Amino acid sequence: MAAGLAVLTRGVRGVARYFGGVLGADAYAKYLEHHRAAGHVDAPLTEREFWRDRTDRQDSNPQGRCC
Amino acid sequence: MAETPDQRRNASGERGVVATDPALPPTAIDEEVREAEDRKWTPGKIALWAGIALLGGLAWFMLAIIRGETVNAIWFVFASVCTYLIGYRFYSKVIERYITRPDDRRATPAEYKADGKDYVRTDRNVLFGHHFAAIAGAGPLVGPVIAAQMGYLPGTIWIIIGVVLAGAVQDYLVMFFSMRRGGRSLGQMAREELGVIGGTAALIATLLIMVIIVAILALVVVNALGESPWGVFSVGLTIPIALFMGVYLRYLRPGKVMEVSLIGFVLLMAAIVGGGIVAETPWGADIFSLDKVTIAWGLIVYGFIAAILPVWLLLAPRDYLSTFMKIGVIVMLALAIIVVRPEITVPAFSEFASRDNGPVFPGALFPFLFVTIACGALSGFHALISSGTTPKLVEKERQTRFIGYGGMLMESFVAIMALVAAISIDRGLYFAMNSPAALTGGTVETAATWVNSLGLAGVNITPEFLSQTAANVGEESIVSRTGGAPTLAVGLAHIMQQFVGGTAMMAFWYHFAIMFEALFILTAVDAGTRVARFMLQDSIGNFVPKFKEHSWRPGAWLCTAIMVGAWGAVLLMGVTDPLGGINTLFPLFGIANQLLAAIALSVCLAIVAKRGTFKYLWIVALPLSFAAVVTITASYQKIFSSTPAVGYFANNAAFSKALAEGKTEFGTAKSVAAMEAVVRNTAIQGWLSVIFVVLSIIVIATALLATARAFRNRADGTAVQDNEDPALPSRVFAPAGIIPTPAERELMAEWDKVPAELRFERGGHH
Repeated sequence: MAAGLAVLTRGVRGVARYFGGVLGADAYAKYLEHHRAAGHVDAPLTEREFWRDRTDRQDSNPQGRCC
Repeated sequence: MAETPDQRRNASGERGVVATDPALPPTAIDEEVREAEDRKWTPGKIALWAGIALLGGLAWFMLAIIRGETVNAIWFVFASVCTYLIGYRFYSKVIERYITRPDDRRATPAEYKADGKDYVRTDRNVLFGHHFAAIAGAGPLVGPVIAAQMGYLPGTIWIIIGVVLAGAVQDYLVMFFSMRRGGRSLGQMAREELGVIGGTAALIATLLIMVIIVAILALVVVNALGESPWGVFSVGLTIPIALFMGVYLRYLRPGKVMEVSLIGFVLLMAAIVGGGIVAETPWGADIFSLDKVTIAWGLIVYGFIAAILPVWLLLAPRDYLSTFMKIGVIVMLALAIIVVRPEITVPAFSEFASRDNGPVFPGALFPFLFVTIACGALSGFHALISSGTTPKLVEKERQTRFIGYGGMLMESFVAIMALVAAISIDRGLYFAMNSPAALTGGTVETAATWVNSLGLAGVNITPEFLSQTAANVGEESIVSRTGGAPTLAVGLAHIMQQFVGGTAMMAFWYHFAIMFEALFILTAVDAGTRVARFMLQDSIGNFVPKFKEHSWRPGAWLCTAIMVGAWGAVLLMGVTDPLGGINTLFPLFGIANQLLAAIALSVCLAIVAKRGTFKYLWIVALPLSFAAVVTITASYQKIFSSTPAVGYFANNAAFSKALAEGKTEFGTAKSVAAMEAVVRNTAIQGWLSVIFVVLSIIVIATALLATARAFRNRADGTAVQDNEDPALPSRVFAPAGIIPTPAERELMAEWDKVPAELRFERGGHH
């Protein structure tokens, strides 16, 4: 029973993570990962700054959505 | 960035050009191992593919040959899925082997341009969902519904075969070539490959095509919301919901995208339920019953404001909402069709398949069926999405087959499900809903009489049936609700109520369907206006440099106003058209979309030829020539046909003559003003067709010239310059498809052992 529940929780988490990825919810985590991996010395943007920057750049670089 | 000698591309080909880091495991599966794995047919594998082929064959047999009194919807699912699997497993691999020739030792832009923001390596399965959400919208939900006028078989064949040989090929090739060029847009590629004339023609054509596409999508929404207080209320509420989500994400809890999407979704459901309650009240019905012209003006004003507001406030949050709904709705639709398995009574070929005077859209099956169903079979608009965003996120070159080709197959499946939902409703009801008010008369009595007078086999509807259906879905009337969206909504409600909730839930499901279609379309309208505005700004910027500054307010506002004005004018023309709107404009939408596909395929043709692949050029030439023949024939008929219902100018002449003779009504136009409107509309539509087709012929011609030049250069040994980014060695590995092969699994295990500090690229460039 407990094992079944654990499998279920893992499954739900996996689905949630997948949806999050498709929506782009993990963008900040990926940015941090890149920042670390690329060996930057300066501090990364904070979460608030990152999302602000992200939408502000979309203002001048719009992405199409299809019909 | 430091260059190693091996990073140069050599002219002889792509094999063995990139030397990857010897300290790391291989970044690609060894060519021979992969070949061997691919070619090894174990008994289990043979049985699997034989099973798929047999099931698919049986399904096609049931749909195309047996065609009993009724046919079960499940055969549509089997026929499509089995054909997609075979196309994906065999045909896309031919394209991969002979045309794209991906090399996993090369870094993708997401790796060599990695910035953690725009260029980010993304898991292939996540990117598949992301790409799919970007390409799929209302298009595949609407076109097949309108095309159902001809019966189910022509549309089904075109959607399934068309995607395998044309649509998915286009998406895959554009994505791959854009990826090799650092994620360049279709316009930039056209300019590079086709030169100034071809490139400029492609740019102008794209701009005009976007105007038409946005206008007609908007027309679909207006038709679905006209005189529908419930729809207007709940769709209208999406604006404050999105604004709230935007503020929440910006100021309250930045980055909590999942959380805010869930909140938004719950609010959306509340808006649908609330709409039902409000529409019941006398004041609600009074305030929110708007006529189509008012809604169209509202949409135009909204479109302008939405396009100049910052992205974070409206566009980004609605995009989250729309993606969330998109995936949910499609899973729901698939589940419902598989569980309920409705019986289809529509004939394979209807009475209108062999005529050119159908009430839903005029014109003969060839070419008009092939332009009516664009999204789902071959959609040029995808080329704009497949170039640009997605290529910047691809992790490994080989994954483009899964994401590009596979993503489009998925959209095609959505189109098939929309078709099934639409044809599961009564045929008489279908024609009563999709024929213009000029024919049905607009009331249940006249509509029933008119539909019964069509002499369609098995069709006999009563006015009571029409009013009962309207009452079931919570609408005032469902007569002449053209545009495809309401029909799909009725079909979906019809299927879903057998699955969850029964007749009592029908109204909810109907408005749920209208809501998501409106949401997709509004997002496309917003994003389309913005993209078009930037294209216009950049074009004007070539003459007036100030316009290139994107942050220059007057320029941005002026260009936005021009674009909104352009699609707004076409929208108003469609809304007020005495001939019906959708039936005159929808072919223009399809032609525009397919012409864009022809342009994209032309660019691909030139690129493939420049790469020296002549033997397999037919893989690109086949869909290109089909798209070119279909759209040029359709345009030709729209321009030159002497049948007024088909030819814009023939109609124009007929109405002008009637006016000159002093008639006060003619055909479906009941006043002099309406007759004048027809004259004006047909002239505009006619000239638009002329401009589209001329521009596209220029693009196709320049592509053929570029191809011929590549062939000549090849023959006399002149070096061909290609426009790809230089090849850089990759430092990562990931499997190509959804399930890793044994060899890929082995290699992944090897990579797991690599110490973390070695695994990612250490940029020396910051």
